Amino acid sequence: MHRKQIRGCAFALCLGVLLVLFGGPPALHAQGGEPRYFAIRGAKVVPVSGPALENATVVISRGIISAVGKDAAVPPEAWVIDGKGLIVYPGLVDAFTDVGIPAASPPLGGEGGARRPQQQAQGPQDRPGSSPWRGAADEVSLSDRRVETWRNGGFTTVICAPKGGFFPGQAAVLNLAGERPGDFVVKSPVGIPLSFQTPGGFGSGFPDSLLGVLAYIHQVWLDTDWSIKAQAIYEKNPRGVARPRYDRTEAALAEALEDHALVLVPANNSVQLRRALELVERWRVKGAIYGGQMGYEVASEIAAKKIPVLVDLKWPEAEKDADPEYKPSLRTLRFRDRAPSSPAALVKAGVKFAFYSGGITTPKDVLKAAKKSIDAGLAPDAALRAFTLSPAEIFGVADRLGSIENGKIANLVVTDGDLFEEKTKIKMVFVDGRKFEVREPEKPKEPPKGDITGKWKLSYTTPEGPEESTADLTMDKDGTVSGTLTSKRGTADIISGYLSADKFSFTINIVLDQGATDVTFSGTFDGTALKGSISVLGMSLDFTGVKPGNVSSGLASLGGAQ
Amino acid sequence: MRIPTPRNAARTRLSFLSFLCLLYFPFFANAATPPPDAPPVILIQNATILTVSHGTIEHGSILIKDGKIAEVGQSVKAPAGAQVIDAAGQFVIPGIIDCHSHIAAESINEGSVSVSSMVTMEEVLDPDDMDIYRDLAGGVTSANILHGSANSIGGQTLVIKLRWGQPASKLPFEGAMPGIKFALGENPKRSNFSIPGQPKRYPATRMGVEETIRGAFSEARDYKKTWDDYNKRVAAGEKNLIPPRRDLRLEPLVEVLEGKRYVHSHCYREDEILMLLRVAKEFAFKVRTFQHILEGYKVADELAAAGVGASTFSDWWAYKVEAYDAIPYNAALMTRRGVIVSINSDDSEEATHLNQEAAKSMKYGGLSRDEALKLVTLNPAIQLGIDKRVGTIDVGKDADLTIYNHDPLSAYAVVQKTLIDGRIYFDRERDITGRADLEKEKKALTEKLKKAAEKKPEEKKPEEKKPPEKKPEDKPKPPAPTPTSTAARAGAPLGGAL
Repeated sequence: MHRKQIRGCAFALCLGVLLVLFGGPPALHAQGGEPRYFAIRGAKVVPVSGPALENATVVISRGIISAVGKDAAVPPEAWVIDGKGLIVYPGLVDAFTDVGIPAASPPLGGEGGARRPQQQAQGPQDRPGSSPWRGAADEVSLSDRRVETWRNGGFTTVICAPKGGFFPGQAAVLNLAGERPGDFVVKSPVGIPLSFQTPGGFGSGFPDSLLGVLAYIHQVWLDTDWSIKAQAIYEKNPRGVARPRYDRTEAALAEALEDHALVLVPANNSVQLRRALELVERWRVKGAIYGGQMGYEVASEIAAKKIPVLVDLKWPEAEKDADPEYKPSLRTLRFRDRAPSSPAALVKAGVKFAFYSGGITTPKDVLKAAKKSIDAGLAPDAALRAFTLSPAEIFGVADRLGSIENGKIANLVVTDGDLFEEKTKIKMVFVDGRKFEVREPEKPKEPPKGDITGKWKLSYTTPEGPEESTADLTMDKDGTVSGTLTSKRGTADIISGYLSADKFSFTINIVLDQGATDVTFSGTFDGTALKGSISVLGMSLDFTGVKPGNVSSGLASLGGAQ
Repeated sequence: MRIPTPRNAARTRLSFLSFLCLLYFPFFANAATPPPDAPPVILIQNATILTVSHGTIEHGSILIKDGKIAEVGQSVKAPAGAQVIDAAGQFVIPGIIDCHSHIAAESINEGSVSVSSMVTMEEVLDPDDMDIYRDLAGGVTSANILHGSANSIGGQTLVIKLRWGQPASKLPFEGAMPGIKFALGENPKRSNFSIPGQPKRYPATRMGVEETIRGAFSEARDYKKTWDDYNKRVAAGEKNLIPPRRDLRLEPLVEVLEGKRYVHSHCYREDEILMLLRVAKEFAFKVRTFQHILEGYKVADELAAAGVGASTFSDWWAYKVEAYDAIPYNAALMTRRGVIVSINSDDSEEATHLNQEAAKSMKYGGLSRDEALKLVTLNPAIQLGIDKRVGTIDVGKDADLTIYNHDPLSAYAVVQKTLIDGRIYFDRERDITGRADLEKEKKALTEKLKKAAEKKPEEKKPEEKKPPEKKPEDKPKPPAPTPTSTAARAGAPLGGAL
């Protein structure tokens, strides 16, 4: 997932030149010139806000759901989709993530004007690890490849928050599609995430412990409160009074609180959960908890405080590289066993909760993790709600998304079966009424002739001159090809590839200024060399590929013949 | 405390002892277990009762009602419905109070700054820390949970009762005066460790430690004055005044100045002890206890005159330069000079045999049985200001009691039961009989989870082969695996099995 994006790689450069030659960038958004009216007819519709409707129609008009029901009229301009055998759900929401903000996007101290990470902060006054002015709405970028991955997995919406520090920034509700970053934003700010994680140990400056982090956050809230009051008093009567000092952290937090942003408090085990309940009360803020995996122990206490919980779907498990002789404690084992039962316990106690992906890297695995909760007693309806209407309610956008209702944003996911069934396929996704077909990796039609596994040196000539790159390919028995492509400017994963008889094809997806686009290498494999063309955006270049090993073995055999 | 992270300290000297102790007590992993129900009335009978306040009662009984001691004596009758604990041949003492402990906390040191008074141990209490249970099994019922000694002025401290199984909010000793940790000497001046490439933190000398404390109290005095002035002007009817900022670092120091917070100061050498007494006098606050105070015997008269308590070790010494002038007679000598002295653990393992630590002062310095027992019961209670509630076996006090199978001042004594507020929080028999079930549950869970994990690879899709995404930094950590790591460190077979 986090391979270096090949932003500005050989192809992008060559493309740039080609674009100049061919005159102007083509429209790169999802499906250029696509219709804005759709009708999905004859499908099962699960609105979440009400009971499921069999054989119903959903009409989408310019990004908005304009009709839902068995007898919904289909406007003449609509593109009609036969929904027979399909199920329409509201678009899924990942309730806490940084999908939308590319990993390399403005770090603390980047262009956003944020300060560099503090050198040895000496106390709260130095505002360590604080950039609450950063907004996900401002940092969302089309270049985050995860946007497409998440969308293909049925996620139309994320609650996106910047990462890093104790006050990383402000979360926003983002829809996962758009031509410009601004198109993504549904609402901002909706959250002020906190983190209690220290950068590490002695010598890192204040705070270097959980003790210090908590004290720091207390002080910041007090300061923010003071700042609001002091500013108001000063504005009333500035004459003869020293003006209160401006502080960016206080100003940003004051503003976000005024916008009713939820303070998101990390808490996973019961000690942390109980502490979080006390913290929210002490700070007198509107709060939500993220983590929540030991909710099964404290669900009723959370319910009593009426604080919503975002449940981390990355369930605790043994570390892959754990010492084989390491024996976890009984408490740890119980936690690993029971964590997926937390959502059911929360529902039973009456806690509002939503799911988030935590550290999970593919949407398929996110749904699989949710299935574990269903297996542990969570009603499937409740699981679906935790991906749709519940997060919308928690973050104050249930009036515009989260369910399939007339007038809501047309965020839909269309499947060929129950969402939580492993074999179910997502057929299409609508974000803001734009239709996205979900691509399956291409499969070879015929058995492969030969094996193209190995490292290949690819040579081609761009308008700038000759270039080379390396393809590291792995072919399965059925001819499916995976691997990476490395040019001098970066490495990209192969998203789809095959060898069918002697015809090969593999595709990478790279980020251009306008967004992600495919680059496909296809041609013929004669048993020793690759020969074909590179196509990108309807343009193509010839290329050849050889295995450096083959060349040298050829030379060696020549040598032997002498 | 010898180094600023006591729970990581290698304790080779005591490893054999800890090994033995862990053989005995490592079970009861479930913090979710509700506390043992407290029957409203309990009678402990046929026991040898060491009251600490009024001698020894042979064949005596203690009647407990609603968590308090209702009657003590030889002719106490069991009311109808009382749960009877027959302690024939056994010894009852007031629950042990550890005046210097770092158990039950997720975090000990905020070591980045020389004045870390803004942090408070109460917020990081960890009721799941297995050391609570281990110390209970050693007869400890209350403990003074201190911040580390990394800073001249450290974090806020509190007294807890070892109510194992209860949430963090139920641990604090109700009504006990809050405290703050100070530290003098090598630790706050960072003599014994440094980080390559990191600039040294001020102060680097004992002079600097003194200056740091004086500086902080000067600030606190000014801060208090700022608020007093503001409040006065508001009271006088002035409108539209911008209030001063609240400063969480200075507020606890103002409380010290106002006598609302105890100072517990880590120290070793006589000169630094006298230094802090001078600074305290200058700013008109009291030092409640000196901790460790291995050279206390040299300044016992000054301590007694200042009315300061001393909480020391029985016989630890020479683990660093400032600990070379330690003598095992320290506790006895200070006691004889009229200082209120306690023996503390500073260590979760040491805390499991504080009775023996107290007994050493009978050998070194000739304290009487009662005087020795006071070192770990009444005296720490006085030092922590909780002696009206605990520390002796007297009518009206909390039923915090420890029952031994032998004389608690003997090396053969093993704790049988520990009661807090009249509830049995540790029961040796229950512990032993419960082990098999826990072991069984553990085995079953291990198998179950292993199976679930093995199923996974088959389901793997090619896309999952991609390197896992970096975990978000702010992802909450799974619960601290304190119990296991502690047990694993000590290399105890049974502890490790948990």
